[in-house]
Amino acid sequence: MKISVNGKERECAENATINTVAQELQLPVKGVAVAVNNKMVPRAEWDSFTLHGHDRLTIIKAACGG
Amino acid sequence: MKKLTIAGHEFDSRLFLGTGKFSSNALMEQAILASGTQMVTVAMKRIEMGDKDDDMLRHVTRPGIQLLPNTSGVRNAEEAVFAAQMAREAFATNWLKLEIHPDPRYLLPDSVETLKATEQLVKMGFVVLPYCQADPTLCKRLEEAGAATVMPLGAPIGTNKGLQTRDFLRIIIEQANVPVVVDAGIGAPSHAAEAMEMGASAVLVNTAIAVAGDPVQMAQAFKQAVEAGRAAYEAGLGAAGLTAAASSPLTAFLD
Repeated sequence: MKISVNGKERECAENATINTVAQELQLPVKGVAVAVNNKMVPRAEWDSFTLHGHDRLTIIKAACGG
Repeated sequence: MKKLTIAGHEFDSRLFLGTGKFSSNALMEQAILASGTQMVTVAMKRIEMGDKDDDMLRHVTRPGIQLLPNTSGVRNAEEAVFAAQMAREAFATNWLKLEIHPDPRYLLPDSVETLKATEQLVKMGFVVLPYCQADPTLCKRLEEAGAATVMPLGAPIGTNKGLQTRDFLRIIIEQANVPVVVDAGIGAPSHAAEAMEMGASAVLVNTAIAVAGDPVQMAQAFKQAVEAGRAAYEAGLGAAGLTAAASSPLTAFLD
């Protein structure tokens, strides 16, 4: 199925969880946050959070700024 | 010097540092250390695939330094609340520099949205430090809404113009029951010292240090200026007058 990650389309397995995608993207253990359809999902729920087609993931990390 | 207390946490340093605009993360880290700061801002960006960036967090995560995530890039209260939740998750802190400035030319904070977001975020358990206009009435309203500090601007972000709002900053400082942190526009150590002499609790500096010829030396200069300004405030400045007041005896040795 197709999902989008930070605005870019991506293919992922049916019944994939956020954890599946996080592993594929090699997300670091710290310093990132994920939202699905503009709702933040705590890391503790990544493993049980099943994605659906057309879900929009936003993944952020630290940047320099004032 | 008296310690600064925000939301029950004590800080020895009254200089907050922004992390934008440094030419490298290594230089930023050195400037942070030279400044003696215990409060460092951090922004957020979307991860890009195959991103091999030097992770900035590695350079700012240290014992004794409070990370202060900001909400830069949001345009209204709703987006600010979303950004705050992302920040709390990513950086494991409920401290937040709330900044809502939809206008890219002057980056002036939207007072209505800032107040609205402060009210919501405080209820959600965030320690909210809002960047705001140097508006005494607004600062009282932010305080009543539960803001941990107020952070009025001296001049627009990155302009280095100093305390253009000084008369209003004085009123804000006089009226505040929470720490007043002068944020934005501070372009020289003398500006920082002026804010501290006035009774500001702290200052937040970024551009002036980051774009200096030698950011590390400039960070030291700001450290000294903030300490000098604060010491002068605590010591109590003499009153200014229009006419001369002799500091030497005028009649001691001539008849």
